[in-house]
Amino acid sequence: MDPITLIVLIAALAVLAVVVGGVAFLRPGRRKTPPPPPPGEGTAGGAGTGVLEREAAPTATAPPVEEAPPAPAIELPPPSAGRLVRLRARLARSQTAFGRTMLALLSRDTLDDEAWEEIEDALIGADIGVAPARQIVEDLRTKVQVLGSRTPGEVRELLKGELVAQIGPDLPRGLRTEPHGTRPAVLMVVGVNGTGKTTTCGKLARVLVGDGRTVLLGAADTFRAAAADQLVTWGSRVGAEVVRGEEGADPASVAFEAVKQGVETKVDAVIVDTAGRLHTKTGLMDELGKVKRVVEKQATVDEVLLVLDATTGQNGLRQARVFAEVVDVTGIVLTKLDGTAKGGIVVQVQRELGVPVKLVGLGEGPDDLAPFEPEAFVDAILGE
Amino acid sequence: MFETLSDRLTTVFSSLRSKGRLSESDINATAREIRVALLEADVALPVVKDFIAQIRERARGAEVSQALNPAQQVVKIVNDELINILGGETRRVRFAKRPPTVIMLAGLQGAGKTTLAGKLGRWLKSEGHAPLLVAADLQRPNAVQQLEVVGERAGVAVFAPEPGNGVGDPIEVARRSIEQARHAQHDVVVIDTAGRLGVDAEMMQQAADIRDAVEPDEILFVVDAMIGQDAVTTAQAFLDGVGFDGVVLTKLDGDARGGAALSVRHITGRPIMFASTGEKLEDFDVFHPDRMAGRILDMGDILTLIEQAEKAFDADQAAKMTTKFASGEDFTLDDFLEQMMMIRKLGPIGNLLGMLPGMGQMRDQVGNIDDKDLDRVAAIIRSMTPGERSAPKIINGSRRARIAKGSGVTVGEVGALVTRFFEAQKMMRQMAGGMGIPGMPGTRRKGAKAAAKGKKKGRQRSGDPRKRAGGPGAGGAAPQQAALPPSLPPGLSGQLPPGFQMPDLGNLQPPKKK
Repeated sequence: MDPITLIVLIAALAVLAVVVGGVAFLRPGRRKTPPPPPPGEGTAGGAGTGVLEREAAPTATAPPVEEAPPAPAIELPPPSAGRLVRLRARLARSQTAFGRTMLALLSRDTLDDEAWEEIEDALIGADIGVAPARQIVEDLRTKVQVLGSRTPGEVRELLKGELVAQIGPDLPRGLRTEPHGTRPAVLMVVGVNGTGKTTTCGKLARVLVGDGRTVLLGAADTFRAAAADQLVTWGSRVGAEVVRGEEGADPASVAFEAVKQGVETKVDAVIVDTAGRLHTKTGLMDELGKVKRVVEKQATVDEVLLVLDATTGQNGLRQARVFAEVVDVTGIVLTKLDGTAKGGIVVQVQRELGVPVKLVGLGEGPDDLAPFEPEAFVDAILGE
Repeated sequence: MFETLSDRLTTVFSSLRSKGRLSESDINATAREIRVALLEADVALPVVKDFIAQIRERARGAEVSQALNPAQQVVKIVNDELINILGGETRRVRFAKRPPTVIMLAGLQGAGKTTLAGKLGRWLKSEGHAPLLVAADLQRPNAVQQLEVVGERAGVAVFAPEPGNGVGDPIEVARRSIEQARHAQHDVVVIDTAGRLGVDAEMMQQAADIRDAVEPDEILFVVDAMIGQDAVTTAQAFLDGVGFDGVVLTKLDGDARGGAALSVRHITGRPIMFASTGEKLEDFDVFHPDRMAGRILDMGDILTLIEQAEKAFDADQAAKMTTKFASGEDFTLDDFLEQMMMIRKLGPIGNLLGMLPGMGQMRDQVGNIDDKDLDRVAAIIRSMTPGERSAPKIINGSRRARIAKGSGVTVGEVGALVTRFFEAQKMMRQMAGGMGIPGMPGTRRKGAKAAAKGKKKGRQRSGDPRKRAGGPGAGGAAPQQAALPPSLPPGLSGQLPPGFQMPDLGNLQPPKKK
């Protein structure tokens, strides 16, 4: 492409910016408010037995027994209750370093500028992002001054409160998986490449089967080599049927078939796995929009889960923004939290988009999927 | 919104007189901005701190530059330093004296190892080698099948004796693959291992055992360009656990700024050897330190813009656009619509505008634009008659009302679009004028535009051969980089001369809010 064309391109963009920007400016207050929580997900837990609600059920019983039957053809995974205990244990393991730093900082006799900066650094180190970290620290400083808190314990409590507030503890985190009369609930799993979508689908199917539901999996990832096989492997473990298409088939048609079959065979939930796509690829994002539209022809899509990798840095926010625009994400699954990554990016994502984290992935084990609980998450970050 | 470093620095320096020399206070003022810019690019905090210290050191003793203002001078230093660190030592794959050469891939889950194995296989094959891909990821369900499919696509042999899904011993597979390679006359073996976490001692031990079993000539650490602060911990864990000789950065086709590249390079000292830029097997390239530096600093990445444009536009369209533009004819709404649709193909509009240098003053406004606005504008234009499109002057009150009805917007929006369009038309005319007679002392604006053109030309020339030559030949980036014309300070790559800050845009006040 010759330089003239380039200039033309730039000029065209500039013109575009002027014209469209001007029009865009006329529409004040657009996209400022996060979408209201979808109905039927009240925190009261009346509608839709979400994972979280089930979690809230009396869990005083003994911790779940792992896979008692000696490898039958179809495994019956343990119910989702009690998984959070493991989440706490795992988080504590991976996050202690960060927690310790915080504790050491907060235990100092006086909190000088340097200490505050270190707290900010520690938050940035958890991928929370520069601006939110700064804001959290600023707010905390003000509070400490106002309240005259001096003891590390008090400051720690304040910091915890601050972090929890950032995560938005009031957001509904239940997962809507109840069938609508005779129609199944439809869940779509989306995200960029390599975040663990297929694995999440498999684990989610296990959770639902473990809770006594029937599940059908739709392998709408027709792009990546052997992605459908991977889903079939997951499905066969729990006895969930998988609807798949040819490699390179139209993912929307596969998703459509999956939901159709789900309606016919009267399953409780259909989980549609989609191919990983970078949010910058307009064509692929359009394809994703189409998958959802096509599915909506026969059933309502109850949940669109965006899978975010805990190691993702600031780019996670852009990903979430674009995916939310295209398919209206209803929840986030934060995966690979068993590593050293803190997943702090979800703080920004929740703040900006109002989309709550609903599930966390804690490892490669088939049952390493747990509901997200802000208090526990923050506790673990602070090394409790 | 995200601001580019150059915008930030321009703001910082706007309060200072241009002294042509960096004072202590200048450096302090910039250090913080650079810190934020790097952190937002996901460079790990400890690395940022070291890097800033280094920059301070260099900036303090910086020679006075006549050509650059302080902001540019700092950006130049930062950019130079980044290129220095990122590209300090690029090298090719070391092939063993006695084949087979063994290349082992290691990394976190989902970093893109299996896909990379296929790309590496294809690349090696095109270099005249006979590679063998080894499926030693027996952990993840159907990773083996994936490698088989990838191998088939790349036309490369795959050694997969075990079915995977938790069955089989990867160490044994790796060991046997060497014999298989000798037996079947493969001169390069690429071992795809399972993804593992740095904290997973058991899996790290397994990786070390594979390493000891096959004694690889190269261990490549595969890392996702989107990784955040954890890059440091992970890289260190892999360096301690298995050790690696080179780094491959994947998923660079996204819009992640890829600060991880700097983190990993700085912490481990290992060179970044390859960059993977897409899902297709051919989307694989040697690593360009200079482009990565620009990307981390988020200095409007003109090169990327050009590349995207090249992919999306065909020659005819581009030529048409050029003629239209150069002819200086009146720019009609039809042309505008066509242009807009072409640009839409390039990706989310916000990203594109972000790539334009010097958009700093416009950023707030630009940040508000998304693709839906484009659709809305398109709808307005499509609701006009052909006559109205070619001569928007005839649009009067009643026409406006009709158009508004047709496109489902308010009358005010239609009016605004038309007014803005006239301004844009004016702008186009000015730009076309400046372009037609380069170097001629015209208005300040024209002159600046012409200068901008010259700048881009040079940049373009240097960019193209590098791209062409960059395909084969690993680690060829260093000599190519040296081929950059010396007159082009890297600090300015992608940044336009000070006179050219898209003044046309800055002067246009957005309509009053509310």
